[in-house]
Amino acid sequence: MYAARVRASLRGWGGVGAMAVLCALALAFVLLLPCTQRSSPHPAQRSGQTAADGVQARAGSCTDSNAQNQTLAPSGADGPTIDAIKSRTGAKRKLIVGVDQNSYHWGYRNPNTEGAELEGFDIDLVHRIAQDILGDPDAVQFKAIPTSQRITAIQDGRVDMVVRTMTITCERLAQVAFSAPYFKTGQQVLAPKSSSVTGYNSSLAHKKLCTAAGSTAYTKLDGDRKTDGLPSSTDISTTVPNQLDCLVRLQLGEVDAVVTDGALAASQAAQDPTVELKGGAFTTEYYGVAMKKDASDLVRRVNRVLVGYRANGWQASYDSWLSATLGKDSNPSKPPAPQYLRTS
Amino acid sequence: MPAAPGIPRQSARPAPMGSPAPSARRTAFAEGADRLRAAATTEPGRLRIIGAVLALLVVAFGAVAAWQADERAAAADDVLHRSQPLSSGAADIYRSLADANTAASSGFLAGGQESANARDRYEKDISTAAAGLVTAATNADPGSASESTITKLNRLLPEYKGLVERARTYNRQGYPVGGAYLRYANEKMQKEMLPAAEDLYTKENQRLDADYGDATPYPWIAIALGLLALAGLGWAQRRTFRRTNRVLNHGLVAASTATAVALLWLVVGHAVARTELTGSYDHGVRSLTVLHDARIASLKARGNENLSLVARGAETITVDGKPYDAYYYAFDQDLATLGKGLTRAGQLADDQGGRTPVQAARSDMAVWKQRHASARTEDENGNYQQALDKVIGAKGATGQCFDGVDSSLARAIDHEQAEFQRAAGDGRDAMAGLPAGAVVLAVLGAVGAVLGIGRRLSEYR
Repeated sequence: MYAARVRASLRGWGGVGAMAVLCALALAFVLLLPCTQRSSPHPAQRSGQTAADGVQARAGSCTDSNAQNQTLAPSGADGPTIDAIKSRTGAKRKLIVGVDQNSYHWGYRNPNTEGAELEGFDIDLVHRIAQDILGDPDAVQFKAIPTSQRITAIQDGRVDMVVRTMTITCERLAQVAFSAPYFKTGQQVLAPKSSSVTGYNSSLAHKKLCTAAGSTAYTKLDGDRKTDGLPSSTDISTTVPNQLDCLVRLQLGEVDAVVTDGALAASQAAQDPTVELKGGAFTTEYYGVAMKKDASDLVRRVNRVLVGYRANGWQASYDSWLSATLGKDSNPSKPPAPQYLRTS
Repeated sequence: MPAAPGIPRQSARPAPMGSPAPSARRTAFAEGADRLRAAATTEPGRLRIIGAVLALLVVAFGAVAAWQADERAAAADDVLHRSQPLSSGAADIYRSLADANTAASSGFLAGGQESANARDRYEKDISTAAAGLVTAATNADPGSASESTITKLNRLLPEYKGLVERARTYNRQGYPVGGAYLRYANEKMQKEMLPAAEDLYTKENQRLDADYGDATPYPWIAIALGLLALAGLGWAQRRTFRRTNRVLNHGLVAASTATAVALLWLVVGHAVARTELTGSYDHGVRSLTVLHDARIASLKARGNENLSLVARGAETITVDGKPYDAYYYAFDQDLATLGKGLTRAGQLADDQGGRTPVQAARSDMAVWKQRHASARTEDENGNYQQALDKVIGAKGATGQCFDGVDSSLARAIDHEQAEFQRAAGDGRDAMAGLPAGAVVLAVLGAVGAVLGIGRRLSEYR
């Protein structure tokens, strides 16, 4: 009698125990499953990282003279990035491009056009890319981004690409991907026509130069002054937030000459007929379209657009925006025949 | 009768104890002291001394009371008619400069479609600032720091104007360098002119504080002298009473009354003036300072909002490792200052007339913040025209909110200015007539004291 009762109660406890074990198991599964799931993408991410390392290793071997060749071969095939752009619907079916609004004849807002439209050499290229990807040259949402935001805007995905007089450098190649070069330029000296400055040489002695703060021009000047590439009497202390501010200082007589990219110097000269480019470019730089590092399909697509654009369109755009200040002969500005040394 | 006092020399008197040999030359002071001591030995002599001392005390009290009251009345008058208007004038210079900068950027954004209003506003601001500088220059002490600040502003103003005109010209031609000129003009304004104007404003406020400091302290010396004179008169009357059993000496009573009235007038008049002046400071000047600061913050905010669209991302600053548009960042700072200023102004406003406009400004500011956020979103999404419409457009633009804040603050400033003038005027009037009254009463009191003592003295003749 007593034993039976014990057995019965044990049996009761057994049921409870079994349920408890089941519960514990279920709980363990619930807790562990996300762990297993979380652990599964790890290898993928790591492989992504190694891929990045691989590129970085190449970027390590990158030199500024061959940086413009670190791009992918052209292709018209759609990939995930282009699919994402094409899947935008309605009013949002637009290519989002970061541009400049203040570079005359490159990317600038003309207040005297209806709706203060953007126009310039960079803008022409953007329309061409939009035409190719979305079939409509005006399917573009322009985003004015400051110089310092060019790379973060791409990395954060705020823009699909940046077409903004952006020089291809090894340092930037580690952060973003570039298209093949679409323009060749170099640092150049801008001074009043009446000035005794003849170029980047000893005529700059005892002159005050203006550069944009943090620009490659300033770095170059600072380095050259230490190595006697530039007379030590040259005053390079004037730096301004934007290269265009240098034109203001030049016109006000606060500086004697401006050093900036030849293309931008030309855009300054276009706004003031009394100043001109002095001497040739003393560095060689290439402008490229910057995109997200992993947007391989978009890079290939833009490179394909550029192949067509160089043959047909580039010269017309040069003639309408740049020939007045950079000269009728566009050969010094023409990008070299592209090489596609990047493979992944 | 014993030897009358006043006899030149009492050669018969033995030399005082321990005095040097008579042959030695005596000083005038020693001789005078001797004579006084000699006079003090007789009652008429003592009476003469008492009368002289009492008359002297009362006259001294009157003179010091008149001097101190006049000093304070003059300081109160300076507060009302000199230092406060100058402080307001400096605030006006500051405000019109900031306003000119704002109007210039608004006009620039509108480009060729710049409205006549915006242009007028800019021109008016510049001439207000120029006129204000002339007034300030006339009132600045030669060689003072204020003077050099005014000189600096006078030099910078045409420079600034030149830059703005160039910006306009280039903008009309469609050259982006126009925007660079406007940013340069703005930099001159923000980094050189506004700090100088603020400096001038601070200096004028220091002068105002100093005038308040001169107008409000109690005239302690006069009060002490008055009490001393009253005590002396009381003592003289008690002495007379004890010697003659006469209760009233008319002359001394008249002197006491005159002195008491003068003392009372001095204390009460000053207390009233002090209360009114302190009130004018607490309710007027402090409110005005806070309101001026708030108004300038709103002007700076508006200027930065405009310039963010003029600059189009040409300038960035990095704060805590994050890049921001320089002008949007400054806008946020200015709006925070404005919010704080309005809260403070609301606390300081002591009546409905002062509170209402501050509340109106607060609600306009709240709307401004919302509209600004939506305009900024448009701008950051690259929709420049939409952003422009939301900032300088005709309807639903942030410009309306700014105008609302500005006009509300102008109303609040007018109200507080009137409050100030009423209170400070009352304060100054409470001391009106006091200097002259104190002199007249003191003369009466001195005459009374001399006559009263003279009456006692005549009994010895």
